[in-house]
Amino acid sequence: MWVPVLQIVNMEDDAPVIYGLEFQARALTAQVAESEVIRFLVGTQSLKNENQVHLLEFDDDNNILNKTVFLHKDGEIWHISSSPANKSILTTCYNKIIDSKISTCAALWRIPSDADPSDQDQEIQDDSSAYARPLEVLCRLDNSDIGNFISVLWEPQGDGSKVLSVSDGHLTQWDIEASGSEAKVSSSAALESKGHPKFSAGRWNPHHNNTQAATANDTTIRGWDLRTMKQCYTIENAHGQLVRDLDFNPNKQYYLASCGDDCKVKFWDVRNTELPVLTLTDHSHWVWSVRYNQFHDQLVLSSSSDSRVILTNAASISSEPFGHLDEEDDDSEKEDEAETKPKEPIKDGLIANYEEHEDSVYAAEWSTVDPWLFASLSYDGRLVINRVPKAEKYKILL
Amino acid sequence: MAAPSRDDMDSEQRRRRKHGMLKMYYGLDDEAGKEATTDPIDIDGAHFDPDVYLARLMREKRLTELVDREVDMVKQIRSLDSDMQTLVYENYNKFISATDTIRKMKTDFKKMEEEMDRLATNMDAITDFSAKISGTLQDRREQITKLSSVHMLLKKLQFLFELPARLKKCIEMKAYSQAVRYYVKARAVLLQYQHMTSFHGIQQDCNEIVNDLRMILREQFSNRESSAKQLAESVDLLLQLKEPPDELCDEFLSHAKEKLDEDLAEIASQVDPALVGTQQPDSTAAMEGTDETRPAEKLMRNIPMDILEFIDSSCNSFLSNISLLIASYKELFVDRQATDSQEQEKLVEVAHAKLAEFVNSRMQQYFTHVDERIKTEKSTVDNSLLVRALDRFYRRLLATDRLVPQLKIIERASAIIAQCGHERALFYFDGLKRHFSECMTDIRQTLCAPRIAGKKDKPDMVDLLNTTTTSVVEQLKVILTNLKAFIASDITFSQTPYFRGPFCQDDVREGLLVAFFRHMYSASRDLCDGVGEKGSTTAPALILVLSRLLLDFESTTISQLLVLTDELFPIDNRRSLTQTSVLCAEAQSAAQTLLNHYVKVQGLQISQMLRKSVETRDWLNTIEPRTVRAVMKRVVEDITTIDSQVGALYEEGIRKAHSSDSSRRALSYSVSKQQQQRMQRSYASSSNFDTSLMSNIQKLFSERIEIFSSVEFSKVSILTGIVKISLKTFLECIRLRTFGRYGLQQIQVDTHYLNLYLWRFVSDEKLVHFLLDEVVGSALHRCLDAVLMETSIVEVICDRG
Repeated sequence: MWVPVLQIVNMEDDAPVIYGLEFQARALTAQVAESEVIRFLVGTQSLKNENQVHLLEFDDDNNILNKTVFLHKDGEIWHISSSPANKSILTTCYNKIIDSKISTCAALWRIPSDADPSDQDQEIQDDSSAYARPLEVLCRLDNSDIGNFISVLWEPQGDGSKVLSVSDGHLTQWDIEASGSEAKVSSSAALESKGHPKFSAGRWNPHHNNTQAATANDTTIRGWDLRTMKQCYTIENAHGQLVRDLDFNPNKQYYLASCGDDCKVKFWDVRNTELPVLTLTDHSHWVWSVRYNQFHDQLVLSSSSDSRVILTNAASISSEPFGHLDEEDDDSEKEDEAETKPKEPIKDGLIANYEEHEDSVYAAEWSTVDPWLFASLSYDGRLVINRVPKAEKYKILL
Repeated sequence: MAAPSRDDMDSEQRRRRKHGMLKMYYGLDDEAGKEATTDPIDIDGAHFDPDVYLARLMREKRLTELVDREVDMVKQIRSLDSDMQTLVYENYNKFISATDTIRKMKTDFKKMEEEMDRLATNMDAITDFSAKISGTLQDRREQITKLSSVHMLLKKLQFLFELPARLKKCIEMKAYSQAVRYYVKARAVLLQYQHMTSFHGIQQDCNEIVNDLRMILREQFSNRESSAKQLAESVDLLLQLKEPPDELCDEFLSHAKEKLDEDLAEIASQVDPALVGTQQPDSTAAMEGTDETRPAEKLMRNIPMDILEFIDSSCNSFLSNISLLIASYKELFVDRQATDSQEQEKLVEVAHAKLAEFVNSRMQQYFTHVDERIKTEKSTVDNSLLVRALDRFYRRLLATDRLVPQLKIIERASAIIAQCGHERALFYFDGLKRHFSECMTDIRQTLCAPRIAGKKDKPDMVDLLNTTTTSVVEQLKVILTNLKAFIASDITFSQTPYFRGPFCQDDVREGLLVAFFRHMYSASRDLCDGVGEKGSTTAPALILVLSRLLLDFESTTISQLLVLTDELFPIDNRRSLTQTSVLCAEAQSAAQTLLNHYVKVQGLQISQMLRKSVETRDWLNTIEPRTVRAVMKRVVEDITTIDSQVGALYEEGIRKAHSSDSSRRALSYSVSKQQQQRMQRSYASSSNFDTSLMSNIQKLFSERIEIFSSVEFSKVSILTGIVKISLKTFLECIRLRTFGRYGLQQIQVDTHYLNLYLWRFVSDEKLVHFLLDEVVGSALHRCLDAVLMETSIVEVICDRG
């Protein structure tokens, strides 16, 4: 099991850091509001045991992961996301079984305030599971009308007052009170089409003042205008089979990445939905997640049930196809990058194939703090923290 | 025989010496004698000095030698004396007669002397007389000479005075050459004496007449009806009349141009009948009434000639005309004998330049028309006519080219022919492409048909493969044979290196054959890319057949066809050719892509079925399993169908060793038993700590399974690929659901069923066991009330199913 780690050590790159959870897990997110420390949140999935949310802090200097475990008593976690404004607030989607019926609910949680990992390090490491404190419920989202939740999405770079929920047949926008104690439906749209279509994924578009989102159901990708809750574009048959995940290019407003059961990752220009602008076929089984690097949008991370995480360079369709150019819609976060000038265009293609996982990898997320670091989570509860290979990093920076 | 001859030679020599001595005596010595006589000690020489000789002897020789010498001398003298005696004796009579003759001569000479004296006196008298006569005749002779010169002059003058009349008469009699000759004779004189009024008058008259003559000649020259000979004559005369030659050249050419343009128009009308339609009104208007056969001709024109006829007629009309023109032009302007060589050179230069320009422009037009005409031949399938036409075209041009080699007509003609060859190759290439896509359509249709017709699936696949291969190969062979016509040995242009090389290599081998192979690969690959994009409907079986087809190509067909091509179209320079091995490698990789795609498509189809079946069911609230779910049976059926499909085309492949069929069920049972035990154990131990530990540990020791790895060209490998994809999907779907007790049991039944039937398809049955274990394991994890069914019951249910 540890052999791959040794191999990586030999290759001059930093060794991946592997962390094992006791339970199976699917839900992973970076702690978005945190801007100093590299932190990830993982939600476990266990039917029989009490589920947990692990707050993992990565110590870059010592290559050590510090964990804090919180109890999530309501059920197994299928999706987790953290507030962009308040680092102690997060949402989960979890399964609840009532009268032998499964329903997936969603709730806003607060991490107990005194559970600052830096203070608690020692105790937690001594006895992690015993010293787990429960998360505090802020409010629960009402799913009585809209069906099972698939995911809850925070407004990108927002003030934490708006979330978007994707549930079986509905896309719903919620307003959250400043205290977080109440969430109200502000607008909602139903997915209407033949049969009983169900959403499989959704993503909030960080451009256009956060007024757009995209969802996937079966093989179709739909774009939504959140002001009117109407569809603004559709990509029919985007994938040969079910679409599993979506992500928007953080720097190019019309570019969208999608992945699905046909083992492909596709990139779309939503202004022309006839053909994808780029298709990657590196995976050999369903691709479960695709993520743009928030700082360098040529880096795309995809994870698949072939137990691989693949880092791809999609420079030709990135905001810097010919190396670094100043973009008009520069994010504030790109400032540090502004001095760097890559000299020659970087070619598209696979950068690295990370094979530390033994089971299907259902989630991979970039750190919101370190642009070269990401975490991936496989079903067997193994979390791996990896870095972009140094060679590639220098190619982009220099 | 040698002895007498030597004697002869000796006697001969002796005689000669004697003769020489006699000659010497009489002073008749020849050159050799002269040379020999300068030595005073030479005893036989004329300048022999006995004192010197004796002194020398005394001085140089010894006594004995002297005595010997004396004896020798005496002997010699004796022999000489006797020789002399015989000589005298022999010639005695001659001496006597000679004396007689001499005596007679003396008397005769006396008589002669007298007569000679008389002759001398007579001669003197004659001389006196003649001197006297010439003295008297002197004056008369001068007068006569004068008179005769005056007569000559008068004759000339008369000629001059008569010249206008004569010229007129000549012109009336149409003896133009005579007239010109007269005029040319008189021209210089007239020019010289033009200051004298009378001559001036004559000159003017002459000039007028000659101008008329010129006019007439020009008329004749410009008359299109006049024959070549007439033309030549008039040009010749005009040149003699010092008409500017370049003007004449121009005029000559412009007349010729009219004729050639007619030919060209005719040719053009053949090329493009529509064009004629627009031109027709003017020409008919001009010719109205004159030509009664016009409608018939028109009708004729509307029937398009075939290419050979076209080339023939164009050659006959245009090319022969232009050849004639060039020949006569050269004769007239270039090969003329002119007095002034400098002038001649200049003329030749100008004439050449004009001819070149003219012929160039005409030929250009002609080539354009021919080119167009040939291009319209694209659609015909048969080559022989075209090739024959081209050959004729080439040969005729070869002849024309010889007339004006500097124009490089033949190069352009070759270019046209090469272009034509290239286009034929392209045309055939297009045809091949079409044929290939038709083949694919055929396969597709036959694949659809038998499902309705009957169950003859198995032989169909092989038949399909064979018919497709044969039809493609046959088509290629037919095309190659067709193209072979271009380089047949009796075709003139085919022998030229600048046609043959590029045609064989670039057009046929690379442009047709290699390009076609590449087209096959890319077309096949396109099929793969097309699927999954927009729900394309490429039948997986088609992909399977194609992959086998490409594999067959790789193993035999490509090299066979290349060898055939190389035989038919020998190529000298083999360096820049695409290697067979490269093509084969490409074929194999294309076949691999297709096969991978086939596996993917089939795998995904079964996956889809499994996914839908898992997703649509409420596993939490399901009833106790009584049967295997229909979808599982369907999966097994489908895989069996695929198996037979693939089996028809691909070899079995290597399996990992497994037990014989008879023990199969028992084994699978025991495996499932172990598996169950393991599950129960893991379930039992999972109450508090890591539930996935067991499976993790197991994974640690089992090989990592590549869900989709590249398949080999064997049935087992293909089927293994499909089964892997299907089962992995099953597993993923299970993980997304939550199960109740009966849901779990249903999965247990289903997996057992699959275990019973799927092992036979795959290379390593452990793989199936492992994946199914994973499925049940995952279901166990996802189960709220995990109670497994009794294995015996599971078996019973499966048996019933």
